[in-house]
This record gives sequence, structure tokens and C-alpha cells, in this order.
Amino acid sequence: MTGLRILLGAVILGGLGAAAPFTPLWLISLVTLAMSTGLVVCGLIILWRGGLVPFGQALFFATGAYTVALSGRWFGLTDAFLLIGLAVIMAALVAFVVGFLLAQYREIFFAMLSLALSMILYGVLVKSETLGSTDGINVTQASFFGLKPRGPGYTFALFWLALGMVFTAWVGVSAYLGSVAGQLAGAIRDNEIRVEYLGISVTRLVHLKLTISAALAGAGGALAALSISHVDPQMAYWTTSGGFVFVTILAGAASVPAAFLGALLFEIVRTIAVALLPGGWQLILGSVLLLTILFVPEGLGSLMIRKRAAVTEKGAA
Amino acid sequence: MITVIAIVTDGLVYAAWLFVVAIGLTLIFGVMKILNVAHGAFYAFGAYAAATAIGLYFDRGWPVVGGYLAIATAAIAIGLVMGYILERVFLRRVYGRDEVVVVLITYALFLILEDVLILIWGTDGRSAYQPYTEAGSFTVGGLPLSVYDIGLVGFAGLLAIASSLAIKRTTFGRLLTAVIYDRETAAAFGVNVTRVYTVTFLVGAVLGALGGALTAPKISVTPGLGVEVIVLAFAVVAIGGMGSMEGALVGALIVGLFRAGAVHLIPQLELFSIYAVMALVLVFRPQGLFSRAQPRKI
Repeated sequence: MTGLRILLGAVILGGLGAAAPFTPLWLISLVTLAMSTGLVVCGLIILWRGGLVPFGQALFFATGAYTVALSGRWFGLTDAFLLIGLAVIMAALVAFVVGFLLAQYREIFFAMLSLALSMILYGVLVKSETLGSTDGINVTQASFFGLKPRGPGYTFALFWLALGMVFTAWVGVSAYLGSVAGQLAGAIRDNEIRVEYLGISVTRLVHLKLTISAALAGAGGALAALSISHVDPQMAYWTTSGGFVFVTILAGAASVPAAFLGALLFEIVRTIAVALLPGGWQLILGSVLLLTILFVPEGLGSLMIRKRAAVTEKGAA
Repeated sequence: MITVIAIVTDGLVYAAWLFVVAIGLTLIFGVMKILNVAHGAFYAFGAYAAATAIGLYFDRGWPVVGGYLAIATAAIAIGLVMGYILERVFLRRVYGRDEVVVVLITYALFLILEDVLILIWGTDGRSAYQPYTEAGSFTVGGLPLSVYDIGLVGFAGLLAIASSLAIKRTTFGRLLTAVIYDRETAAAFGVNVTRVYTVTFLVGAVLGALGGALTAPKISVTPGLGVEVIVLAFAVVAIGGMGSMEGALVGALIVGLFRAGAVHLIPQLELFSIYAVMALVLVFRPQGLFSRAQPRKI
């Protein structure tokens, strides 16, 4: 990634941040929530490129969210940066532990086992009184380096925090995807054994990818918990994981910004659909998913790239 | 002692129900290599169709025996219609695509069908308990046993035997085995693979609907009942080995008994126990208990 692109990204995100005070509050909350989904999808892309589809990413998402809620409840921690840092560490730690098992599997088995692991967490959360059971837990309002904005100020503060996280994730994930370890993802998907013949441990590489993607999912979960001010077991349910996979398909694994745009589109469509057709949300979701897979198999992000490729070809001719 | 008997009987009844649902799922996976998330929709539609049929039938005051026939007819009819539409219109377009992509297609179909279900039957719950209560119950050693539940276990047993015979003894079963082992070679020998696929999918759909229909009299039929079932059925199939019929039977028994044990002894761990068993089995046998390990292709 060039310095120019980083600068461009910073300017766009900075512009969004500057525009916040002139935007309706509900829209800011919506975008913040979309960015939390976008962070998770960023992590999914890393796995996706290696041909791995996690159907249980909600495990790490919920780990992050519950870390925030419980740190506030048990230890009285309120600093947003500290909470998010803890959530990232916890999610990555969980992934590191289950990774010893999960990294051995591929394809459907990887998907199924990650699903099972997330359902274990769901089962624990639903039945455990200390963890809030089915009702979940309220999250206390966070502070930012000692500052405690309230009312609209809190929404703005969270939004700016989210922008910062998005920027960090974008730069970091782009750098990782461009690195040797990141580039090997395509090779793993195409032919794992040949990668092993090159002297690289595929299992360790997958383990690393899983941990990175979990850290991002934990960050997303933490942001979602702060933004909704509530966590519940539904965050660990397999339909939540399905939602993340949905956005990844919609956006495609081709580019990181597409993940955030896809997440934004997802939240907007959901808001509109719930308002206009309360009973038809899943119908719309399913239809979009179906049409995307059948007609734009590489995701909407690929449309941009395809167009760009077409332009370059024309330029060459 | 009574707890042990209760665990075993509850476990068996639960396993019987799981087996009926899971065998359809594993059959479709074994033959078509499709992990069919829409199986949960077959289940839910089967339950609703049965509830409607039971309501219509018992309102007229006809003899009770016919009520069971009504359940079966409703399930078979809805399973055939849905299976045919799904296979012809959607799945046929994606044969040969990546397995994970096909899972996502069926996931999309499942989401759509969940809402279609609400559009057809509304959001109110329905009860169709007549077949359950009419069958009566008796007590063994102070433990009440429902005749309907015993019938369910019997049906699952018959289904296990019938499917095993059908695979080993009939021509279609042998064709099926050929396709399971190697689709391309089977096609080269003149097996009409497309037809085998269609029939398999229809049978699987009917079994899914039947699973729902048999449960309808025992529960309040409400929207969203397909979601839980599909994940449970996955667990059963994963434990037994995807695509294996014996595996589905053993997986259903394991999950059924473990869950019943958890419910009676440590109720907090009900859901946890099922997936913990699944994770444990997959640690030692990633391909499930009854599945052959696949050679790695270079």
C-alpha cells in the first residue's frame, strides 16, 4: 500500500469524522454499528482468501462484546481504549487456544467445527446466570482518557473511536494481505501440499490467520457492545456468524474498503427493511445473498476491480 | 434408578426424532456433497403442514387412526413439492461449484423460506396435540410413558432398517452407492447421475418434513423452530460422519442420551453437552465416527 492511499483513506475518514456533528444521531449510530460489522468482516477476509469459511466467527465477536460488558460490571473499568484492548486480547487468546484444534481442519469441517465452538459459547451464555443468561448484560457508558461525554457527545466520541479503529484495521490488514504470509493465502486455497513442500507450515499459518481474524472480531464485538450499550447471547448465535459471512459474500474478499462499504450497505438495508417490511427481513437478506452468489460470485467489491481492469486494458490498447 | 430409566427413555425418544431429521441431511450430503441448511426449512414446513392437516382432520371428528395417516400425507406432500422446487430451480445451477458456496446457497434459501413460512401461516403458534393425547400413555415403575413416543422410537427403528435394506438390496440403492463412491465413474458407466440426485434430494426433503410432522403433535408449532433443529442435526451428522447412515443412527443415540443425561442431572449444560460431545468426537476423528478418511490429493 502506498503512502498516497493511506493519506487518501485518512482524509476520507477524517472528513467523515468532521461531518459527524452535522449528521442526524441515528445515522451516526448506524454507521458506528456498521463499522463494527466491517471490522469482523475484515478478519473474515483474511481467512476467506485462504479458502476458509468460518461459520462461527460470532464466538470471537461475542467474546469481545462480553469482555467489555463484564470488565465494566466486575472490575468497574470504563476507559474505552482499555476495554477495546482487553476485548481484542481476549478474543485473540480464545482463538489461539481453539486454534490448535481448528487450524487442523479445512473446508466444511472447518466451518462446522467453528460453528460448534460458537454454539458452545452460546449454550454457556444462555444458561449462566452470572453471565446474564438470555437477557444479557447492560454495558456501562465508557469514558475516553478520563473524559465522560454524555448524550450526543457520547455518540460522536464512539463514532470517532470507530473511525480510528477502521483506519488502523484498514492499514494493518492491507499490510498483512500484502505480506508474504498474507499472499500465501491464495496458494493455501489452491494447493496446500505444494505450500508445505515449500517448507512452510500451513497449519501454523492458518492458526495465525485465525488469531488475527479473531482479534478483529473481538474489536468489532467490543465496538458493538459499546455502541448498543447491551450484550446478549444472540451475539454468539450461529445466525450472527451467518450475517458476517453474508456481508463477506456481498462485499467479496478482494478489498478491505469493500468490507466496510458492504457492512454499511447491510446495516442500511436492514434498517430500511425492518421499517418497511418487519416480517420480510430474512426474505430480503436471503434473496440478496442468493442473487449475489448466482450472478456476482466474487462479491460486489469485484465489480469495482473488474471495471478498473477493463479501463487498464483499454489504456494498454 | 428411576433417573437412569428416565434418561434412557428420554434419550431414546430424542434420538429417534434426531435420527429421522438427520438421516435426510446425511443422505443428501453423502450423495450430492451438499450440506443442506434448508433442511431446517423442510422440517419447519413439515411441522406446519402436519399441524394444519391435524387441525382439519380432527375438527371433522373422523376416526383417530386416520389422523396419523394425515400427518404422513401432509409431510410427504410438502416435502416433495419443496424438494422439487429447490432442486430444479436453484441447486441444479450450482452442481460442481465449491461445497462451501453451495452451503451458502442453501443458507440463503433457508432464510427466505423462514419468512415464506410466516407469510403462509402467520406468526401465531399452533398446537396439534390430538394425535399425541389420543395415543394415550401408561406408567412403568412410576414413570409415565407416552404411546406416541414409543411409536416414534419404533418408526425410527423401522426407518433405519428400511434405509439400510434399500441401500444394500435395491437397484436404486446400488446405483446410489456407486454415485457416493465416485460420481464421474458412475456417470461413465451410464448411471443417470442427475436423476439420482433429484430422487435423493426428494427423499431427503420428505424425511426432513416427516421429522417436523412427527414432532408437531408434541410441541407448540411456532416460527423459528427450524433454526434449532438444523444446528442439532449438523451436530448429529458431524459426530456420525457426514454421509453415513449408520453414523446418523449412532450420532443420534449419542446426542440423544447425552442431552437427556444433561437435562436430568445438570440442566444448565443442556446445549453445552451436545456441542462439547461433537467437538470431542471431531478432535479424535475429524471425519466423524463412521466416515472414511479421504486421501489428500496433490
